[in-house]
Amino acid sequence: MHSVSVKNLTLKFGAAEVLKNLNLDVSEGEFIVLLGPSGCGKSTLLNCLAGLLELSEGQIWIKGKNVTWAEPSERGIGMVFQSYALYPQMTVRGNMSFGLKIAGMAKDEIEKRVQRASEILQIGPLLDRKPGALSGGQRQRVAIGRALVREVDVFLFDEPLSNLDAKLRSELRVELKRLHNRLKNTMIYVTHDQIEALTLADRIAIMRGGIIQQLDEPHTIYNRPTNLFVAGFIGSPAMNFIKGATVNGGKTFQFGDVALDLAGYEGGAILDRSKVILGLRPEHLSIVEQAIPGQSIPAVVEIDEPMGADSLVWLEVEGKQMSVRVPFEHRPQAGAKVHLKVDIAKASLFDETNEQRI
Amino acid sequence: MANSPLLDGPSGARPQKFITWQRFVVYGCLIGCALFFLFPLYIMIITSLKNIDEIRAGNIFVPTMHPTLDAWFKAWDSACTGLYCEGIKVGFWNSIKITVPSTIVSILVASLTGYSLANWPFKFSEGFFSVLLLSSFIPYIVMVYPLVIITRYMGIFSTLPAVVLVHTIFGLPLLTLLFRNYFASLPGELFKAARVDGAGYWQIFFLVFAPMSMPIFTVAVILQVTGIWNDFLFGVIYAGPTNYPMTVQLNNIVNSATGGKAYNVDMAATILTGLVPLAIYFISGKYFVRGIAAGAVKG
Repeated sequence: MHSVSVKNLTLKFGAAEVLKNLNLDVSEGEFIVLLGPSGCGKSTLLNCLAGLLELSEGQIWIKGKNVTWAEPSERGIGMVFQSYALYPQMTVRGNMSFGLKIAGMAKDEIEKRVQRASEILQIGPLLDRKPGALSGGQRQRVAIGRALVREVDVFLFDEPLSNLDAKLRSELRVELKRLHNRLKNTMIYVTHDQIEALTLADRIAIMRGGIIQQLDEPHTIYNRPTNLFVAGFIGSPAMNFIKGATVNGGKTFQFGDVALDLAGYEGGAILDRSKVILGLRPEHLSIVEQAIPGQSIPAVVEIDEPMGADSLVWLEVEGKQMSVRVPFEHRPQAGAKVHLKVDIAKASLFDETNEQRI
Repeated sequence: MANSPLLDGPSGARPQKFITWQRFVVYGCLIGCALFFLFPLYIMIITSLKNIDEIRAGNIFVPTMHPTLDAWFKAWDSACTGLYCEGIKVGFWNSIKITVPSTIVSILVASLTGYSLANWPFKFSEGFFSVLLLSSFIPYIVMVYPLVIITRYMGIFSTLPAVVLVHTIFGLPLLTLLFRNYFASLPGELFKAARVDGAGYWQIFFLVFAPMSMPIFTVAVILQVTGIWNDFLFGVIYAGPTNYPMTVQLNNIVNSATGGKAYNVDMAATILTGLVPLAIYFISGKYFVRGIAAGAVKG
């Protein structure tokens, strides 16, 4: 049984289709991250799951029950919002127990749950304060606590860390992961931050234009992007793209005067195609002094950006820019003529006409 | 930001000498305006404290030599308003009876309507809101006679319910607009969070939104209390003689001439009538400004 199941979900605002015939199955205890640029429909999908938006078509099942038309509170979900959305006039305790009180739960049971949640989140000393007297990180903890006390199976997070500064964000990120390991709930998490997605997710769903482009484990998304959009969206610095063609029965990638041997490429049948894009991540290239026939690209070093442990070197290849990640101490001189060795096993080939991975 | 070393030193505007010519002009204007508006009040107060002989002597600017509160007691208790000589206190209680229910009902209805429009959009809610907006620009004089006929058909013309009803209706467009914009400016995620917590229409309104909307409720109370208290027209038309509000009674006191004009009584009665809105402003003026600003930020 799937924990959450979205079946043929379509959502229209007037004439605009925001979500298009979308399907998503989430297993029990899975951490799913919905990732995409703004306006891709990821938050909208989450709001549909929470019951805050009415679907135009399709169904939503949670824990084996069809909840398509159920009220948010009847779906067995807890939700955490980007702006925390704490009730300003209530104390932390009041915020956490509000939903339980409305549900008519007994006082000592409420108290027990609030205590348990505040222990997990270490907000015990804050219980009698108002949200206005808390820092951003503390507020977000309380917001998580408000979802925890519901003791539900599915948690929905709508960009919960976006309003925090970088340091707090990485701290809370780790804490969220710890929380998930401890509670083993199903979590569906919306973000536009790929680091959050890559670090937290069991599986990432990359969305664009109301469609899930790829749903896979972070490792697969990163190394085997299913199309050009996913390849360009995931990874910072971004993947290098080279336009060219495959010749020689799909054994060679040709661009300009350079020919790369495609033996060892992991993917489908390459064949001869006239319009192909080769995608190379900066860390899958290395700088060598001597050309290696069929495996390297000649390049001229422009500048380098030291990033601490390593350095991002920008080079000119056939009039285009490419970036390579090298260890800091191995960065080349500007203006040097070098060769880029390609690790073809980690490269991605895309058909330029349909932008799909080959 | 707060930890930035640039901000550790003294902050605020550059210190200035207190007396500059700009300040002189500003304070000069402020004091001039204050005097201009306070002067009539000064005349009213000293006149109300004079006895009738001092008034006959003329010199309305001169302070009284024999201050007495007789005129105040007379105005409150025994001044004649037409046939009856029971003072303005009758009107005071009538005004309370009109103002309190009108204020409560109109604010309750307007806040709920505004809340519904902002958070529970229905099929024609935008159109409904436009009509509401438009109606607040129609001069209310146009509605006076139709409302006379309507209240007569309802059998309540010339009664307390009629004037309360009219005040409530005329308060609604502006108040609804005010509340809708205020609720629309509250973070939308708060509403969503309350829904996920299982709160329904009424619970969200009374437990979540209303407690955090004191500024706008204060504004609404001030607008309604002062507006209804100061109203003359609706009172004289719809309330009927036994329910005339204080403003109408005041007019009757001032205009019913038996013998010489008792200016001191008139002044005292006028001040008494103006005391309620004045008190409201003094108590809540601060919140009034805050509330207007709060509603103005977004919407």
